[in-house]
Amino acid sequence: MAKEQLSVEETVAMLDAVADAIIVAEPELSEADRRLGDGDHGLGMKRGMEAVKAKLAEGGFESVDKVFMAVGLAMMSSMGGASGAVFGTLFRNGGKAIKGSEAFDSAGLAEFLKAGTEGVMSRGGAKPGDKTMVDALEPARKAAESAVNMPLSEALDGTAQAAEAGRDASEDLIATMGRAKTLGEASIGHPDAGACSVAIILRTMATFAAGN
Amino acid sequence: MSVPKKLLNDPNACASELLDGLILAYDGQCEKVGKASIVKKSIPDGKVALLVGGGSGHEPIYHGLVGTNFADGAACGDIFAAPSPDVVLDATKAVHRGKGVLFLYGNYAGDVMNFDMGAELAEDEDIEVRTVLIWDDVASAPPTKKEDRRGIAGLVPIVKLAGAASQVVESLDELERVTLKARDNTRSVGCALAPGSIPATGKPTFELADDMIGLGMGIHGERGVGEIPMCPADELTAKMLDLIFADDLELASGDEVILFVNSLGATTHMELLICNRKAREILAEKGIIVHQTIIGPLVGCQEMAGISFSLTKLDDELKKYWDMPCQSACYSKMEGRQS
Repeated sequence: MAKEQLSVEETVAMLDAVADAIIVAEPELSEADRRLGDGDHGLGMKRGMEAVKAKLAEGGFESVDKVFMAVGLAMMSSMGGASGAVFGTLFRNGGKAIKGSEAFDSAGLAEFLKAGTEGVMSRGGAKPGDKTMVDALEPARKAAESAVNMPLSEALDGTAQAAEAGRDASEDLIATMGRAKTLGEASIGHPDAGACSVAIILRTMATFAAGN
Repeated sequence: MSVPKKLLNDPNACASELLDGLILAYDGQCEKVGKASIVKKSIPDGKVALLVGGGSGHEPIYHGLVGTNFADGAACGDIFAAPSPDVVLDATKAVHRGKGVLFLYGNYAGDVMNFDMGAELAEDEDIEVRTVLIWDDVASAPPTKKEDRRGIAGLVPIVKLAGAASQVVESLDELERVTLKARDNTRSVGCALAPGSIPATGKPTFELADDMIGLGMGIHGERGVGEIPMCPADELTAKMLDLIFADDLELASGDEVILFVNSLGATTHMELLICNRKAREILAEKGIIVHQTIIGPLVGCQEMAGISFSLTKLDDELKKYWDMPCQSACYSKMEGRQS
């Protein structure tokens, strides 16, 4: 059944499903990175998500923000690398912005993505158009902002669609950040691996909230 | 391409297993601190501390740079991934002796983000941190955009100079000044003949045709100035050194340098020596005096084939720090210029 909002326990289950989806996607994420970077994005994300699953299994979360922040901390400390820093920042800063929330709803989603995206941009220095995860996050943030009055399941579906469109559009961009920047125009034609991860995360959240 | 034959156990445990092995190879000089930091056992009170670090898989750097007149500690990441902020914090706290800590590492996005976050955590605990980024790779960006350049093999002489200076200086300001000078006096250029592989997957880190050379390519296969057809050692050596001479470090007749000829992994010592012979001929023609030569596979990327040249120009102060003996898993030398 489609959800209007998620309880703390349901948020834990949703992020556990996100972790599973990223772990399964490891080969495709690594392959996406091999075309532009050094080919280990999927491995780092998998390592991070295994730590996330272990952390979530410990339980004891008082509010929704604590769940997201635990995910961020687990990713940051288990992954290292650029991905650990920026994905850790996404979940930690996003979580901080919804401090004390007893349920995760569409307003919380918008707050989460706003603070998370700003945190990622400030930590990594990337802006939209630089062919990074920001190119999936920024459209997702906008979609979530315009969906605050919708039920969570619908807001997440729109957010995931925006992230997927952003991921696809990143194929046409020239990389200007990280190891891919030295490729210049040769980076055109491939999506950014971080944007791929963002799309998987949001799509899995949407599928969970839709009750499928 | 076939998967390289490698001696591994759990392919996902390479970073922690190699760190354990490295600490044992230090024969009691160093110990493991926290999750993945290596720290010298005897750091005197009141010493200005020097911390290096980076992703694993490039051995003997970065964690092999800990030692006498070298770094006090290293924060070690997973294979090709920067260490996490908590690892950086563990290492920072372990090396700190009350006079602050200088972070010295290669200019890669992941390292900068994680070390910066580590520095913020350390500052929360009242430890003063400064950062010097190593960006010696002339092929990675024009001289006007040094902040976009990667750090490659030049880090070996830079860390040696900073490590020696850290034994002598009284303040973090002073260590930062000397380290910046060592950094700004160092230029490197690399090339790739064949890719390394990711230990966990066996997949190559990049693709390169059998008859081509990636001129200026970085140690993870980042693109350099372009691909050129395979050529003899002398021709390649001249092309590579020309890229350094074309850069903004003035090298004039009578200048003294450290010359470092490095293998990225698979390129043999024989080939390094052949390239060194030509490099010395070219430097001699320009009247540049080699104060010390370093030759070896010190900054690599698994079985990647390729070489790099690094030149560090010495003034009287840097020469004094260079001539101090040093010992580490990566590089050791006696007093003076003897290797």
